[in-house]
Amino acid sequence: MTSPICLLAAASTHVLTMAPVDLVIVVLYFALVLGIGFYLKRFSTTGEDFFMAGREMTAWIAGLSFISANLGSLETMGYAAATYQYGILVGHAYWIAAIPAILFLALVMLPFYYICRTHSVPGYLKLRYGEEARALSAISFAVMTILMSGINMYSMAVIMKVILGWDIHFSIWVSSLTVALYVMAGGLRSAIFNEVLQFFLIWLGSLIVPVLGLIEAGGWNGMVERIARNFPGQDFTHMWRTTGAFADNPMGIHWTGIVLGWGLAISFGYWCTDFLIIQRVMAARDLRSAQLGTVIGGFFKMMVPLIVILPGLLGRAVLPFTLVSEPEALATGAHSYNEVLPLMMARYCGPGLLGLGVTALIAGFMSGMAGNVSAFATVWTYDIYRPLIRKSASDAHYVRMGRWCTMLGVFVSIATAYLVMHFSSIIVYAQVIFVIFVVPMFGTVLLGMLWKRTTPAAGFWGLLAGMIVSFLLFLWVKLEPSAVRYVAFSPQASDMADNIYRAMWTLVANVGVTVLVTLVTRPKPEKELVGLVYGLTEIPSHGHWPLLQRPGFWAAVVGVLFVILNIIFW
Amino acid sequence: MSGDDHRISIWFFIGALLAVYGVLITGAGVWNVYYPSGLPQALAHLHAAIWWGGLLMLLGAIYCYKYWPTRGKKP
Repeated sequence: MTSPICLLAAASTHVLTMAPVDLVIVVLYFALVLGIGFYLKRFSTTGEDFFMAGREMTAWIAGLSFISANLGSLETMGYAAATYQYGILVGHAYWIAAIPAILFLALVMLPFYYICRTHSVPGYLKLRYGEEARALSAISFAVMTILMSGINMYSMAVIMKVILGWDIHFSIWVSSLTVALYVMAGGLRSAIFNEVLQFFLIWLGSLIVPVLGLIEAGGWNGMVERIARNFPGQDFTHMWRTTGAFADNPMGIHWTGIVLGWGLAISFGYWCTDFLIIQRVMAARDLRSAQLGTVIGGFFKMMVPLIVILPGLLGRAVLPFTLVSEPEALATGAHSYNEVLPLMMARYCGPGLLGLGVTALIAGFMSGMAGNVSAFATVWTYDIYRPLIRKSASDAHYVRMGRWCTMLGVFVSIATAYLVMHFSSIIVYAQVIFVIFVVPMFGTVLLGMLWKRTTPAAGFWGLLAGMIVSFLLFLWVKLEPSAVRYVAFSPQASDMADNIYRAMWTLVANVGVTVLVTLVTRPKPEKELVGLVYGLTEIPSHGHWPLLQRPGFWAAVVGVLFVILNIIFW
Repeated sequence: MSGDDHRISIWFFIGALLAVYGVLITGAGVWNVYYPSGLPQALAHLHAAIWWGGLLMLLGAIYCYKYWPTRGKKP
């Protein structure tokens, strides 16, 4: 999705007009999420309650929360826009760039996170490598989380301004303070319960557009025929067929980049080590529930194209005008790619349904923000404040700190949002920051879990090297744009492709340095690695459970569905 | 955690909201049949708000019934 500043500048009139019943629907939603937060306050008295939701979530609640925290409305609108622009190719974000990593998390990595009883991913790094690796990952995670939260907050406010005409300051303050209040009151339990509610609203509010769109277009085949008729000579409906050469698709990417950069480096970095997501399943009541919850989340992630990719494609098929890029929209007054989802909502949704659709967008934003805030509160309290500022205090003190830094995190996010308002170029760097901070974590954590020889020094230096290489590659292309031919193997590479290939190099540097430093430094004694590393950790067997209750069985089902879907839409 | 034996299930909250939304959306759909909003809307003859609202009501009613607080179920 391009800069919200452009979107704002292009908006002369708003896209949607809400009726009183739509406003009632939105207000009811705000009232209920606050009500749930304050109702749950009485159950969040200890650190384990506040930061880990008492570790008592069922598989379904953990799984739906896991996927809801990932389903931000910016992503929904952004990927629908990208689909209109690039076609179904964007759907890789939900399949190859998600499902293998989610299943890997469920079956391979989650047991180690869960068994060592850590509170966070930086907490695992502390146990495995030591304080230096934890401090580096915790501080970078906290900075990234707040920055991302501020960027999302501002972008969401711009979207509300563009599609509904709402005041930007009103949107920022009302939505973020609501999130702050319910997370501050009920902690992670409140965030998770509201995310489950938001999951339902996101799906039920979004699904009406593709359902009606397919009816209008005459089903999938009718939609494909209409797109081919409206845009002859272009292929928008195949996922792999056009990726044999860089120049054959509008994204300027080769299938190797999709598999290694998107499907391996970015995807595994995000799904297997981003604490925002993993915190939800770490709150499950036992390891089997955590693993099943992750697989459930994976299944619904695989279905997200129904509410994101399909509306983008349907826009190509049924809208009576062609959407254009932001600069062209600014110059001509036409609608831009970014407006495809609200335009489709306006096309099909009358009073009532429109309120539900707008609530889905707001719910998506709030679930993402609650994820950021609750993860920030945990990492700040357990991985920065406790080890670096106040080592020994009572549990009640840390809970109070968690509550206050929830509010503090929201205020810093709001400040970031206002900073972004004045320095919009920050948004362009959001994905760059993500690759710098998150991708190297994967190599460090994975080697730590699977190779007992990996040393504490290697954990720290590998992580740092990955971050530095990622930043230097970005700087190289920034200062010398033609360098993209070396980083992304093609002078035609889009920003998205550049980002994907840079992630791949980041992971290579991270793993390479970790291995090299390991070979010349002293490993930890094995007795200190029990419960943290493969071969020294007893992983509970699920063999005594019936087949239908085993995570491995359902992971296989999701894996087979994933393969079938890729073949169908090849 | 203590004292949570009587906690209301999250599924009940979800059911209650969906049921209320269902009533509101179905009502808006029926109202729109007699008093059209005047805004251009594709497939308006299908009256999507009525059947989608009905679906929400049904889902909401099922969840409310199954997870009604006095049944003693919690997540």
